[in-house]
Amino acid sequence: MKKKKAKVFRPTAFAFPYLVVTVVFVIVPLILVLVYAFRGENGSFTFDNFRKVFTETETLRQLVQTLELAALSTVVCLLIAYPVAYILSSAPFKKMAILALLFIIPMWINFMLRIFALQSLLNMIGLKKGFAAAVIGIVYDFFPYMLLPIYNVLSNMDKSYVEASRDLGANGVKTFFKVTLPLSFPGVISGVSMMFMPIFSSYAITKMMGDMNTTVIGAKIANLFEYQNYGNYGYGSALSFVLLIVVLLFMTLANFLTRRSQKAPKGGKAA
Amino acid sequence: MKNPFIRIIEKFRKDKAPKQVIKTEPEVEQLPLKKSDRIIEVKNITKVFDGVTVIDNMNLSIKRGEFVTLLGPSGCGKTTLLRIIAGFETPTEGTVYIENVDVTNTPPYNRPVNTVFQRYALFPHLNVYKNIAFGLKIKKMDKNLIDQKVNAALKMVGLEGYGYRDVTSLSGGQQQRVAIARALVCEPKVLLLDEPLGALDLKMRKEMQEELMAMHKRLGITFIYVTHDQEEALTMSDTVVVINDGVVQQIGTSKKIYDEPANAFVADFIGESNIISGIMVRDFCVSFLGEEFSCVDKGFSKNERVDLVIRPEDISVYPEDSPKGQLVGQVVSSIFKGTFYQMEILCNGYQFTVQSTKETKEGQTVRIGVKPDGIHIMKKLRSTNKFFGEVTGENTVTFCGGDFTFRNTDNLEIGASVVAEIGFDGIELTDDEEDGTIGAYVSQTLYKGTYYQVQIYTDTDEDFYIDTKDEWDLGDRVGVKINPDRLKVERYDPDGEEAREE
Repeated sequence: MKKKKAKVFRPTAFAFPYLVVTVVFVIVPLILVLVYAFRGENGSFTFDNFRKVFTETETLRQLVQTLELAALSTVVCLLIAYPVAYILSSAPFKKMAILALLFIIPMWINFMLRIFALQSLLNMIGLKKGFAAAVIGIVYDFFPYMLLPIYNVLSNMDKSYVEASRDLGANGVKTFFKVTLPLSFPGVISGVSMMFMPIFSSYAITKMMGDMNTTVIGAKIANLFEYQNYGNYGYGSALSFVLLIVVLLFMTLANFLTRRSQKAPKGGKAA
Repeated sequence: MKNPFIRIIEKFRKDKAPKQVIKTEPEVEQLPLKKSDRIIEVKNITKVFDGVTVIDNMNLSIKRGEFVTLLGPSGCGKTTLLRIIAGFETPTEGTVYIENVDVTNTPPYNRPVNTVFQRYALFPHLNVYKNIAFGLKIKKMDKNLIDQKVNAALKMVGLEGYGYRDVTSLSGGQQQRVAIARALVCEPKVLLLDEPLGALDLKMRKEMQEELMAMHKRLGITFIYVTHDQEEALTMSDTVVVINDGVVQQIGTSKKIYDEPANAFVADFIGESNIISGIMVRDFCVSFLGEEFSCVDKGFSKNERVDLVIRPEDISVYPEDSPKGQLVGQVVSSIFKGTFYQMEILCNGYQFTVQSTKETKEGQTVRIGVKPDGIHIMKKLRSTNKFFGEVTGENTVTFCGGDFTFRNTDNLEIGASVVAEIGFDGIELTDDEEDGTIGAYVSQTLYKGTYYQVQIYTDTDEDFYIDTKDEWDLGDRVGVKINPDRLKVERYDPDGEEAREE
């Protein structure tokens, strides 16, 4: 047998720089957040910060509004992006991948710049800052993130499924709802999670497009950490932590749904 | 050496060159079917994809209850024809009838046919039961009835108890069965199968072949089966339709296609065969490789050039000193194939493929013989090249976009309409287009034992047949040179029998 040479560099060594970055910039701050969240003003262990999160009506209202904003924007975006993706992936347009690119190019422009532009546009047509404007802003900003995964799934879908469905007697509409839509579900889930979750933490759009009554939880957290509110680190950390849990819950749900849609549902009658 | 830049341009042009559809006169021996017997009829179907003709003016009738196989090499248009019948493609020209109803523009979901797809196309988001029930649910059938039918279908394909299973968890053979069950449960009048066994291993394929044949017998519906596997086609079908280059070459029973191929293409494609050029001396007598042989064919004109096919198992091998056998040859190779020996025997410059149960050693001299019924004579697709042209100079005739020199012995005046005729061996092909009078693309080559028969097509869309010692690659751009001594130019007489040959 040949003697194995001791390897100087194992392939795993290449992961080391990333590991360092993760520990320093992700793990340690997360621990710090956790520590602050359970730390009272005098430095002792306390649940006060969490109690405050769940009892302060203003905070709860903002949490609910964030959820509303995220859900509504996601639904609107999905309703616009799906037909666009469907058309772009259909036969006459499929050869013109450049068209899909047109919808993605805005992603390459600084999003603050885009939001400024949109703000001026909405001003021009007389739409005041507020909830509606915020939704429009979010939809506009996240549109490519919703479009791309759906477009990918649809354009890579084996067209023989559609043919099989038509062969078995389903017309265009039935084929869409019974075959195309269910098969594109993973793309939809991925688009939704790429949009729904970042909305929680992003507050710049709402800050610029919304009014006093339209604030998201992200903005509140930012406020708590800002200079003049020094001393609210504990409360802000607890709120961040709750938000993290909420997002994690949604991610788990999305993963579960994706896995279920890829596998056949365990339904049907006994054979 | 040619300018490399020109070569690149030519390569580009070659790629762009439209695929030439060889217009042969197919020997379609099909009795006219009674109207009620015809379940499917395609009339003058032509399909063009991006300027490429995939199906060229095809006519075909399919009898109710038959197992019909569309057989041909890949890219011959057989799958396209099936897709036109299923309704996934609309023909560029022509009409499709199902049960004498024009369905050319009927969408697939309104046609009484169902398809088993090449890669099964089972819905991955549905389990086995729901896949099979799909078509019935669309029809809004009663739940109990659906249950009954799906279970019957599962039983038919031997997958009882598999209803709950994920389709992705099934093996290829099982997925195939589900696909068949899903199509058959809709009770179609015609079942279309697009190379359904292509993805299965050999053993599984044999099993499924038998099952499909049994199913066809039991159900009594029409099966149209697409395959490129000639053995599969011959084994399974009542009728085989051999297709090449978008044209039906022959329609017939398996036995007829094998024993009496209509032309050299069919003979070459179906089974192993020796294809030789010969001359029909008279009825029941053909001459090839310098010997005369009796045969069972007649009805050819005297001394007509023909192609003949001899199957390897129809050749008998005798010892060198035997009085039997017409040709003497040397065994080039001999391989034992389990039940017979496959030999290559060189006789008068032609290498015969022979199958025999008697062992012969390599290098041995033997005599070989063929019984009259072992020789099958086929009309040559064409025996000479004929073109319309015009005399444009004292010794120049123009046809196919080129000016060719000829011996003007008849003193034809300039401007005269003429027919130019050149034998297969009067044409020389050149590597460089510039060396020839005109350029052309090689569209087909057929090895005829001692030489290659090459078919080329010119930029004016005319076909030349050339006999040559050299092998030419398909799609190659070549120059065409015509020997002035072999170029026969005659005044065109519209009333005469000398009509232009396609």
